[in-house]
Amino acid sequence: MRKGLVASAVFLLVISSPLQAVSWRGNVTVQERLFFQDPADPRQHGNNFSIAAQPEMYHEWDEGKQTFTFIPFARLDQGDNKRTHADIRELAWSYIARDYEWTVGISKVYWGVTEARHIVDIINQTDLVEELDQEDKLGQPMINLTLIRDWGNIDLFVLPGFRERTFAGVKGRPRIIPRVEKNLTSYESSQEDKHVDAAVRWSHVVGDMDIGLSWFHGTSREPILSPAEYNGEIVLAPFYQIIDQAGLDLQLTKGNWLWKLEAINLDGNYVSYRQATGGFEYTFYGIAETATDIGLVVEYLYDSRGELATTPFEDDFLTGLRLTLNDEQSTDALLGVIKDKHDDSYLISLEGSRRIGDNWKLSIQGSKFLVDGLDQSLKSFAEDDFLQVELGYYF
Amino acid sequence: MKKTPLLLLLLSITTSYAWALTAEEKGLQIAQKADRLDSGWGDQKQSMEMILRNKQGQESRRQIRGRSLEVIGDGDKALSIFDSPADVKGTAFLSFTHVNEPDDQWLYLPALKRVKRIASKNKSGPFMGSEFAFEDMSSQEVDKYTYKWLRDEQLDGKDVYVIERVPVDKHSGYTRQIVWGDREIYHPLKVEFYDRKNALLKTLVLFDYKQYLGKYWRPDRMEMTNHQNGKSTTLLFTDYVFNNGFSDRDFDRNSLKRAR
Repeated sequence: MRKGLVASAVFLLVISSPLQAVSWRGNVTVQERLFFQDPADPRQHGNNFSIAAQPEMYHEWDEGKQTFTFIPFARLDQGDNKRTHADIRELAWSYIARDYEWTVGISKVYWGVTEARHIVDIINQTDLVEELDQEDKLGQPMINLTLIRDWGNIDLFVLPGFRERTFAGVKGRPRIIPRVEKNLTSYESSQEDKHVDAAVRWSHVVGDMDIGLSWFHGTSREPILSPAEYNGEIVLAPFYQIIDQAGLDLQLTKGNWLWKLEAINLDGNYVSYRQATGGFEYTFYGIAETATDIGLVVEYLYDSRGELATTPFEDDFLTGLRLTLNDEQSTDALLGVIKDKHDDSYLISLEGSRRIGDNWKLSIQGSKFLVDGLDQSLKSFAEDDFLQVELGYYF
Repeated sequence: MKKTPLLLLLLSITTSYAWALTAEEKGLQIAQKADRLDSGWGDQKQSMEMILRNKQGQESRRQIRGRSLEVIGDGDKALSIFDSPADVKGTAFLSFTHVNEPDDQWLYLPALKRVKRIASKNKSGPFMGSEFAFEDMSSQEVDKYTYKWLRDEQLDGKDVYVIERVPVDKHSGYTRQIVWGDREIYHPLKVEFYDRKNALLKTLVLFDYKQYLGKYWRPDRMEMTNHQNGKSTTLLFTDYVFNNGFSDRDFDRNSLKRAR
């Protein structure tokens, strides 16, 4: 199916009117991860070097009514053969009319408003080997029709083909312990990864409020992980159930305040649960007569599964400070602390970036795990504090 | 014999009426006339190069394309698309300017494909790290200020009016602005900006106005100098195009995602 889509998208490009304005952009990044403790699993690597590239080709014709986008991605990783991977992030044709839009091919869609995690965002699978923040996504084959009406936008999706979540390999770090073995992947659907999923979303702006309501039926993007034996080793086997997920995302923008809420109800034959993330971001503009802004982010994370949740976020608070210098180099930083309400486990993360010259960007990212409690999902990262330095060339 | 005194009387009445216009009324009249002369342009697009210069004279450049749609009775809709620096290429900024309420603003982040509604209260914050604040870049509406005519004079050989305008919005970064406006085309040639402490903060000078559609004047170059930090920003405008046939649809959240 995916090959078919790729072929038809390429065909559409080839038959498209004069290849006048094909525009390119993209980036190449080198990355070093520094670890400070001995790994929990002695097979995990230490400091790690990695290089990635993501060129983006874009072409539009028919007075901008038709567009073609191609974004391949590849990473070479020193230590983890599972993190060495390639993906087609996007390979899609779009047709834009006055009150509707079509997108056919491999594409990426983002839903949601909160910062701590992105629970409503379900169309694309997480490329988890990239970053733990789950913001990197794998390309998803889709047929998407957007209807644009006075009372909001309706997005209809048919999603042929499922992408498995990526997980760090034996030597990968940071990673969950025991490791996930993809050879043991199983599905509820007899069609396995060929199951055709469907989704619909209504989104609208009403004055100060941006609102979205969504529904998804198909293969859960989040696998259920169960211990299993594989070549004499205890590993986790991923199982993907069929789910119905209803989602709500809401943002109220009032003066210096952004009020945010995301909530989902996930209903499956094996596991069902509810999750919510809600809170605010308040920005102090122009601190001490400078151009610097400081934002305070507070979000509460809820998961109805409690301590059994597969994510470390089940009854926790995120407190974050966002620093934006508004300078020529677009310097910014975000310090976040997620604390479990019931024990003294913390996840502290820091990220920042700054442009160098016109084409380079330096980014740093650090995570510190302070684990004191029963939270299994966080415990496996206890020895994985790291600092990541990344230098990117953008063109 | 009697007619002349009557005429004189009439003349003196009209003259005194003109004199009776307070400086505030005269300032408002000028602003309203400038607004009237520049209304009806419908839509436009243009390319802009932004040159940032620091105290040491080091330069960095940004390329931004802009589109705007005139909204009668409210502020305009505008979409800015960033072409450089390369790391922000594809980032797009959508704003619906309002006269009497906060603007609506959305930012599109291409790496995540995320459309983010952002707070618009930050009017005095810098636009793209430049010496232009967000409020300097947004559409100028009559009701955003109160006015006071100061004097008429000459500026570089041109007849100008000089008016003082005070922002209505209490979140503005300025206590007042002094505008030197061309009395022929009713567009500003120079603007001085005074900060919240009423000290001179910046001076904007506008150059090379050209006429489009036989009616609307647009500058080719703007120079903003910040007197307090020694930095300056030049805006160079090219490729002004009017009558693009834009509609609200070209300024919605979906249009952000494909603003290339």
